[in-house]
This record gives sequence, structure tokens and C-alpha cells, in this order.
Amino acid sequence: MSDLTPPLTLAGPDAVPRSAGVGLKPAHYRTILEQGPDMGWFEIHAENYMGAGGPPHRYLTAIRERYPLSVHGVGLSIGGARALDRRHLSRLADLVRRYRPGLFSEHLAWSTHSSGFLNDLLPLPYTDETLNRVCRHIDQVQEVLGQRLLLENPSTYVHLADSTISEVQFLDAVSHRTGCGLLLDVNNVQVCATNHGFEAQAYLDAFPMNRVTEIHVAGHDQQQDDEGRPLLIDTHDRPATDGVWQLLEHTLTLTGPLPVLIEWDNDIPSWSALFDESRRAQRLLDRHIQHPEAGHALAS
Amino acid sequence: MPSQAEYEADFVQALRQPRIPPPAGVRHPGSQPPALRFGVYRNNVHVSLVEAVTRLYPVVQRLVGEAFFQAVARRFVGQVLPDSPVLIDYGETFPDFLDHFEPAARLPYLGDVARIEWAWHRAYHAQDQTPLPPQALARIPPAQVGHLRLGLHPSLQVLDSPWPALSIWHTNRHDAQVRRIDRDSGGEATLVCRPDMEVLVCAVPLGTAALVRTLSTGAKLEQATTQAVEQPGFNLQTSLVALLSSGGITAFRF
Repeated sequence: MSDLTPPLTLAGPDAVPRSAGVGLKPAHYRTILEQGPDMGWFEIHAENYMGAGGPPHRYLTAIRERYPLSVHGVGLSIGGARALDRRHLSRLADLVRRYRPGLFSEHLAWSTHSSGFLNDLLPLPYTDETLNRVCRHIDQVQEVLGQRLLLENPSTYVHLADSTISEVQFLDAVSHRTGCGLLLDVNNVQVCATNHGFEAQAYLDAFPMNRVTEIHVAGHDQQQDDEGRPLLIDTHDRPATDGVWQLLEHTLTLTGPLPVLIEWDNDIPSWSALFDESRRAQRLLDRHIQHPEAGHALAS
Repeated sequence: MPSQAEYEADFVQALRQPRIPPPAGVRHPGSQPPALRFGVYRNNVHVSLVEAVTRLYPVVQRLVGEAFFQAVARRFVGQVLPDSPVLIDYGETFPDFLDHFEPAARLPYLGDVARIEWAWHRAYHAQDQTPLPPQALARIPPAQVGHLRLGLHPSLQVLDSPWPALSIWHTNRHDAQVRRIDRDSGGEATLVCRPDMEVLVCAVPLGTAALVRTLSTGAKLEQATTQAVEQPGFNLQTSLVALLSSGGITAFRF
């Protein structure tokens, strides 16, 4: 811990509330501290705060004093064939000790290979082999961090012929075997439904909603694949589409209110535009808070 | 069915070398090989890493122009992957890469300008520490000064170049209309430090840079001075004032 950035005075994690949050971006640090906006919580990408010190930690500490925090890892490579990188795991443990996040999440994907870190969330086949490995990795993460992990459903662009288990069954099995929660990214559901030609709503209806502890909402780009069919790309660089908002609404009728994050990581908008996008999520949440019987109890 | 490790090896090979097709298990329920779909992954990997390098080296980009920079960065990313998921640490070897990048040979100072940008980035993310105030060494009797060992700030770095790398960096970083710099105007040494929230980048005499390099090995001031005086125009007093005023000294002991 640095001399200049005093340790947090918080005794433990603040629970992330069942309200709208946004990804924390350096461009918004000052505005957030000056205006103290009515935002339920913030989420950071863990790897962006793995430098030793400097302004990022200074701002994050000040913001964490005022708001609950969720830490979202993008580099653990939980779905990879290799053993987890112990140094990276220990960096994560340091970050979790330092900032005491209410939630910690990672992806069902791989990104590290012997040739280096590939900085993308790459797809894995869903088989008994990968299921066992993902469960071992998650057991290890939860043990080292002393905190429950939430595993996120990925955006994928190709079909893997070796898969023998559906994605929903895979996530359900991982969650039951390891006790981990699930982070449901409704934009990823929309992206995959279009790319692989299934009904997004059917995916949601099959999803183990009682394991879901957080929801992501984001924007995507639309291109075309080799045969001229629509190909959606998970870009996080624009507002979510109406289709994605409808999936959020449908999900909330199944789960009741949950923490909902607006994920906007590229072409970062002004604070007020990002805030407005989060209010759209909050209005949907408010409707479900007023009618709590629509949802069911959260597993925890 | 290939093991997961074999699948990943094939996947990475195809990611990194566009001429190699995606692994056999990667297909799409359609007749054609899913080149555009697999291309999304290729693109994500390369574009995100090129963007990471671009964020680090804005001055180099200004010097060579966007199109040239993107081409160099793509070449770099094609050769060097991050060795950890902490992208803050990625791009350190880019200045060395520029030194050996044949098409940039007519800009021999480019690597040294890039080194200043990397030093800025390192200082920004370095461990925080409270610097000593400028007067901190004022009361030490002159006879004892030589026995001092100085604790240097974790963000403190010195660089020297046979080119006016700092002048080139400075005008390209700060001026809307760049100043003309004579590349044969001689070498420059640069000090980079972040005592608090702002990164300082300033010119220092070559002797000060030499002094800092020896001090950083834990040597006494006396010993560091012996080496620094070989540089023309070295002055211990001026060097210490420069170090203290940039927040580069955090502790001293005898």
C-alpha cells in the first residue's frame, strides 16, 4: 500500500445493490467524485488496476469509499487447458483484499496460451473434459479469493463441432458443482442467438435463473458472415439495442430485481450519456421492485 | 477428437497466421468454411493489441503518421504477444523494435522518443511514495554529504540519447504546431518522475542522469559523484536540487 493512497476505511465488502451500475472509466473519474451521482454501484476490469500505484488507484480508492464495487476479470483464462496462472491469481487476490468488492466475476472462455496472452475471450468446446477442468479452475479461484465467483456466458462467433453439452447445461453444471454464481450477459445471449440461429428467449427460459446474481447489458455491432447472414459482434461501444432491452425485461420477470450493469468499454460516451443509459435499466428494475411477486428468491 | 490443448494450439496458430485455416472442429452449420466468423477473433486479438500500443505511443504516431504507425504496430503485435493479462506491462519492447525497424531507419531518434513515452507510462503506474521536501538535505553538514545513500522514488527514471529526443518528444506532445528541431543539435538526457498525480518530464545534464543511475544501485553519493564527474559540466549541487525539486528522493540514510 502506498503512502499517498490510504487504505480503505471500510471493514468489509459492501453488497452490490439490486440496482443499475456502470463500468468505471478513467474519463469519468473526476465527474463522479465532483457530482456524486446517484449510481447504485460501479464495476472495474480487474486487470486495469494491477499497476503498483498512480492515479488509477487513487481515484478508485476515493470512488470505492462512496460506492459499492464489482470486480470483473478478463484475463484468468478459466476455460483454458493450461493451469491457472498463479501469479495472476495472486494479483487478483491482492486486488480483492484491497478494494473488497461485493461481487467478483470472470468469463467462460480462454485467453492465455504458451505463446502469450491473446487479449480476447476465445471459445471452448463444451465437453466432459472441459467441464471438469473449468470446475477445478473455479474451485481454485474461489479458494484463493475467499469469495464466490460469478461465471459469465460468452459471446461466440463460431460453432465448435466437438461440443457435446449445451452452453446452458454446461453453465448449470459448473454452477452446481462449484457453488459459483452466474453472470447473465443478455447482450451475449442476443449475439449468440443471432450468430448461431436459436431463439434468445428460449435460451433464457432454459437458463438456471436461480443461480444468476448479476446481469450485463451492452451494445453490439452488426456485420455479415461468409454466407451473407447477420453476424453480431460484442463490441461494447454503443447503446444496447431494443432487442437486448427486451431480453433484460424478460429476464427480470424470471429473476426479480438484480444488479444490472451497463457495459460500455469502447468509444466511451460522456458521463451524462452513460448515466442516461443506466437510468433506462433502473426504470425496468423499478417496475420489478414495485411488483416483487414477479420474481423469485435469489439463491446466495 | 483432439484434446483441448491440441484444439487451442491449432486455434492460436490460425489466429496468428491468416493463411492457416481455422481448426477442423471450428465450423458452422453451413457449407462454407467460416472465415469471416473466425476472422472476428483474429480481428479482436490484433486490433485490441494495436490499440494498446497506439495509446502508449502517441508521439511516435505523430512523428510517423497514422498509417505508418498502424503498420508498425501491427507488425509488432504480430511478433510480440503480452506475457500476462496485465496489459499495463505490454509494449515495453516497442522502442527496441523501432530501433530495428528498417522502414523507419531514416528517423534514428524514434526509439529514444518512444523510450520517453514508455518511461512516462511506467511512472504513471509506479508505486506511490511521498517525496522528501526540497529542503530535506539542507542541514546535512557538507563533510557528510558524500556518505549519503538516497532512496529514489519508484517512478524516477533517467534516459539519455545521442539525439535531441526530449525536445522532439516535448514539441510533439504539447504543441499544436510542432517546433522545428535540428536532429543534429546534440544529445539530451531526460528525467521522468511522478511525485504525486502528475508525471514530470524534464531535461537534465548528462551528469545528473549518470548520478541517478549509480545511486539507484544503492551506492553512496560520493561513489556516484565520482562516476558522474566524468560527464562534462557535472555539478553535484545542481543535480541534487533537480532531483529534490522533481520529487525524486524519498529517503536518505548514512
